[in-house]
Amino acid sequence: MRDEQKGWKDIPIAGVCWKPATEYHTGDWRTFKPVRDQAKCTKCLLCPMICPDTAIKWNKATEDIEFDYNFCKGCGICAHECPVDAIKMVREGA
Amino acid sequence: MKAGQQETRAMNGDEAVAYAVKQSDVDVVAAYPITPQTIIVERFSEYVADGKVKTEFVCTESEHSALSACVAASATGARTFTASASAGLALMHEILYVTSGCRAPVVMAIANRALSAPINIHCDHSDSMAERDSSWVQIYVENSQEAYDSIIQAFRIAEHPDLLLPVMVCLDAFFLSHTLENVKVLPDEAVREFVGNRQLPLITNHNGEKVPFKLDPDNPITMGPLDLFDYYFEHKRQQEEAMQKAAQIITETHNAYSQLTGRRYGNGLVDSYRLEDAEIATVCVGSTAGTTKTVVDQLRAKGVKAGLLRLRNFRPLPVRDIKEALENISAIAVMDRSNSFGGYGGPIFHELRHVLYDTSSHPYVVDYIYGLGGRDMPQNIIKGIYKDLMEIVETKSVKEYVQFAGVR
Ligand code: SF4
Ligand code: SF4
Repeated sequence: MRDEQKGWKDIPIAGVCWKPATEYHTGDWRTFKPVRDQAKCTKCLLCPMICPDTAIKWNKATEDIEFDYNFCKGCGICAHECPVDAIKMVREGA
Repeated sequence: MKAGQQETRAMNGDEAVAYAVKQSDVDVVAAYPITPQTIIVERFSEYVADGKVKTEFVCTESEHSALSACVAASATGARTFTASASAGLALMHEILYVTSGCRAPVVMAIANRALSAPINIHCDHSDSMAERDSSWVQIYVENSQEAYDSIIQAFRIAEHPDLLLPVMVCLDAFFLSHTLENVKVLPDEAVREFVGNRQLPLITNHNGEKVPFKLDPDNPITMGPLDLFDYYFEHKRQQEEAMQKAAQIITETHNAYSQLTGRRYGNGLVDSYRLEDAEIATVCVGSTAGTTKTVVDQLRAKGVKAGLLRLRNFRPLPVRDIKEALENISAIAVMDRSNSFGGYGGPIFHELRHVLYDTSSHPYVVDYIYGLGGRDMPQNIIKGIYKDLMEIVETKSVKEYVQFAGVR
């Protein structure tokens, strides 16, 4: 929503999406942000699978998981499901 | 194609509609088959069962589902038709807005019927007038011939790449839907050629590429998704723009069709009857116009300068044509076959008076709510309305602006 705002003459009809959904940063809505304790994390890779927004990815280069905060909506599922309690939900701006 | 090559058949309004749909090369018909459904889809289902059409016929469990199926079919680029009436149309209410919002050019026949309660299956316009803000084009026909002609035109209008809005063709229940009439029909090839194949405009997809406007797994697009305060308003503005273009598309289609058949309904938007030098006039939609024309002829024979304006289109409202036709009339009576309870007259009155407010002549405009629940509108009541108009002109005053004609 941060991009330029087009007028009615410049957008496709019927609400047809003229750019991919990935350009819409749903992470804007977040109240709580998941923060991982690297020391506790066993890299079990459960959280990348269960995140409903695929906002947790495996980074081959670093051989570690990483959060994409552009799309993490802060639902807290990852924190709830992490078997070793490695993720804490922290209030944004706190 | 010449008018002489047309065949005359005895059909009621429902059959005339079904026959027009049969000839229009429709891909999908989805409909709820039971009351308040009319013979339209019953007759059409026979064409399907007899192998006379290749149409996919979907029987659904409600009108809400029927129209939902139509939106989906139409979104894939299919030519789509459905029919409903009364409570069925009311149940479609939510999906009417989805249809127009997805710019799905569905064509629907409405056999105008009263809404419950008390239960009534007969004619009035409460059902379709309640849907006037749903961004559907609304055509009201005077007779079964016009019902046939308008359905064929409706596909070409709805699917026009500059419009892409659904069209309702409204015919008076029973007076038209169940009454036999001589209807001239075109040969199948002539109709097929007139409606042509559905043209799909190109649209920008999410990768910035131009693709045909249809749901297609090879060229995926997303239609009608979440659209909040940032873009919803823009999409609604586009719909209004399309509606404003509709008038021209309707007249062009009507003209092209007239060349084929020799039949005209005014200019396609409004149908004026003996209005040129008229002093007093009535305005209505639907079959009442037929009776009113007879009354106008009788009054004219007695030297009364009476005329009639039949609105063929209520959406888009032919504003310019209404002004041109009526600005020199001294007193005008609108005849509304539906009421806006607690409002100031019926829906046609609201809009007519509102349009004429801008004219310098400021004619008197009064309203008569009539014919609710199928109550007859005989000649003597219409004569009484013209008599009231004469009195208004004579006395230069109006006793009552909104009245009920034919109620005990
Ligand atoms: S908080 Fe929710 S959205 Fe964010 S990373 Fe965890 S599971 Fe995904
Ligand atoms: S679920 Fe917990 S332990 Fe497993 S990868 Fe995610 S943060 Fe690490």
